[in-house]
Parts: sequence; C-alpha cells; structure tokens
Amino acid sequence: MSVIHHLNDDLLVSYAAGALSEGWSIAVATHLALCPDCRRRAAVADAVGGAMLDDLDAAPSEDRSWQAVRARLTSGSEPEKSHPVASPQTLPQPLRDYVGGDLNGVRWQALGKGASQLRIKTADRATQVRLLRIPAGKPVPEHTHGGRELTLVLTGSFRDGDTIFARGDIEDADASLTHQPIATPEADCICLAVTDAPLRFSSWIVRLVQPILGI
Amino acid sequence: MTALPDGQADKSMTELLLAVGRSQDIDAFETLFRYYAPRIKAYMSRGGGSASAEELMQETMVAVWKKAALYDASKGAASTWIFSIARNLRIDAYRRERRPEFDPNDPAFVPDEAPAADVAMAAFQDAGRVQRALLSLPADQATVLKMSYFEDQSQSAIAAALDLPLGTVKSRMRLAFDKLRTLIGGEPS
Repeated sequence: MSVIHHLNDDLLVSYAAGALSEGWSIAVATHLALCPDCRRRAAVADAVGGAMLDDLDAAPSEDRSWQAVRARLTSGSEPEKSHPVASPQTLPQPLRDYVGGDLNGVRWQALGKGASQLRIKTADRATQVRLLRIPAGKPVPEHTHGGRELTLVLTGSFRDGDTIFARGDIEDADASLTHQPIATPEADCICLAVTDAPLRFSSWIVRLVQPILGI
Repeated sequence: MTALPDGQADKSMTELLLAVGRSQDIDAFETLFRYYAPRIKAYMSRGGGSASAEELMQETMVAVWKKAALYDASKGAASTWIFSIARNLRIDAYRRERRPEFDPNDPAFVPDEAPAADVAMAAFQDAGRVQRALLSLPADQATVLKMSYFEDQSQSAIAAALDLPLGTVKSRMRLAFDKLRTLIGGEPS
C-alpha cells in the first residue's frame, strides 16, 4: 500500500537546505525511507542546493589550498559500508538507530489508559521526539501541543476526523488545529511523534494547571 | 562566469566526477577542485559558525575524492552530490547535530516503482535548467530560499530576521518550490 499523506514542501526544502533541526529531520528522513514520491521531490530540492552552489560568486582557487588538499589524498577509495541486517524490520533507518533496534526491543513507558511511549534522545533541544503506542480503538492521550506536530504512522493506523493515516502517512498539525487522533479498531497503532519542545514553566502551580488549561 | 549554458558545463563536471570515481583520475579531480573549492568556501563562510571555511572546504573536497566511487549520475548532477556532502559537513561542524538520512539498503526501505532508466532522464539533473528556474523566482521567495540554503536558518529564524509571521515564511517556501518544480519538470504538475 502506498503512502497517501505526504511531507509538506517547506519541510522538504528545509531538510534539503540543511536548515531543519535534528528532531524534525528524523520524521522527514523516516518518511522518505517509506515514500518514493517524496524522495523524488527531495531530489529536486537537493538539485536546487547544487544549482545555488554553482551560482555562488567565487574567487579563483588558491594554489596553496590545492597543494594542501592534494597532500591529503590517499589512494584506495573508501569501502562502502555494509552492515548486513536481518530482515524484515518494521522501523526503517534512520529511526532504528535512534531507537537502538527494532520495535521488539523497545522498553515502553506507560502513559495511562493503555498507551505508552518511548522518548528518543537527540542533540536538538527545540523538539521532543518519541514513539507512541496507542491501543486499538483508543485516542492519543494528553493531546495538547503549542506548535507544530508531525505524526508518522509505523504500524496500524489512526483516524483523525474523516481521514485515515496508515503506515508511512504523515500528519502535519499546527497549533490552530484541534484534532483528536484515534487508533483504528483492528490493531494497536505505533507512531513517531515530533513536536516543538513544551514550554517549561518554573512555577509548580503553573505546571499543575498547564494540562487543565491546555497551554 | 556562473551561468551554465544548457547544463553543458555541469555535464562535464559530472564526467569529471565519474572519472575520479572510476580511476582516481587526479587531473579530473584538480579541475573539479578549481571549480568547486572557491564555491564551497563561499558556502561555508556564510553559515556563521566558528569553524574555518577553508578547513571545511578542504574536508569536503577530500570527502569528494574518497567517496567518488559511490557517486551515481542517475541520482543527480555532480553539483547536487557535492552540495550534499558540503551541507552535511556544515551541519556537523556548526550545529553539532546528526543529520538523519534514509538508507537505501535497509530492509524496511520502500524502493522506487519507476525503473532506473526513467530516473536517469529526470530533468532536474540539468543544472543549467535549475539555475534558470531559480532566477525566475520573485525576490521575496528567492530571499527565503537563500536564507535556508546558505545561512542555515530555520523557518522561525527567517521569520524573526525578516519580521514576518512564521506562516508567511512557510508559504513562501512552498510557493517557491512549487514554481521550481513546475519549471524544472521534476514531476508533472
């Protein structure tokens, strides 16, 4: 089954430009592994980078630089890295590297009402990245986010309003969208969710009421 | 001179890169170096990081030499491949983040449906065509694209620098890319 819900162009362009931070990039790269259509668009965005490089005003190269690089060249090309991987795998690369293996090794942390999560560590402090496991037929818990949220389905599917999202599909939601994703009844749904990192309030009272106010 | 007539110059860059990959042709590599080294240095000096643009340029060109055998001309022009190496080294040096990328050899990877021959004919490999398409963008869209590609600015940083709502930055990027795709003919529109 092929992907129906694709990456928005602004994400593809920012990713190709190298301007997208690591958290969002994990969702983009994982979607690209599952979606030949978006890979074709990503190739165009890369070609834009190549043309921009061609277009840069450039002084003539210096002999000193050439001599320095020449001295660093060794014969024998870099061997292509190949790590034989047992197939099949549910999580595509690069996600498997971040999780530390495929789904069967995940140590889930309970979120209540049967849902669970795995927090994924990155060097990017502006985003929060996690795997979510939603029991069949149940809604995604504690669902408030202040900014953008990308949700990429890995197994099962969820429904949001009239729209179904299945493996490889990505939902791109911003703060203005009130939505309530619910796992479809046939199976548990596992997704990758990337959000803007939540605002941290110093007062414990504010932290206490934050979930109630939805801020 | 920067504009390439109908991608001819870039076609020869692609030939040179293939020669380096095939037989470690040092003369071909020197020609590539004379063309790309100053451009990569200019690219690196725009990122605003502390690493030396000269050092990052040298690292990029050494990586081009080492990896040239992996270059696949059916996936894009030489400038596209070299740009992606420079970009990844810049992310590494300036942001100290990983750049997550898919792996085409991964068992979970979903391969292209189109045969390789079709991909080889893709118009976006024509670097001259991409350059001409870039020149036709309205100034406000071109500015947003350049800030992303050259200055490593996130969408929110661009919004703050230009004093625009974030949604406007996103929509300019989408409009720009939509127009480029139509002009380049990377896919039917």
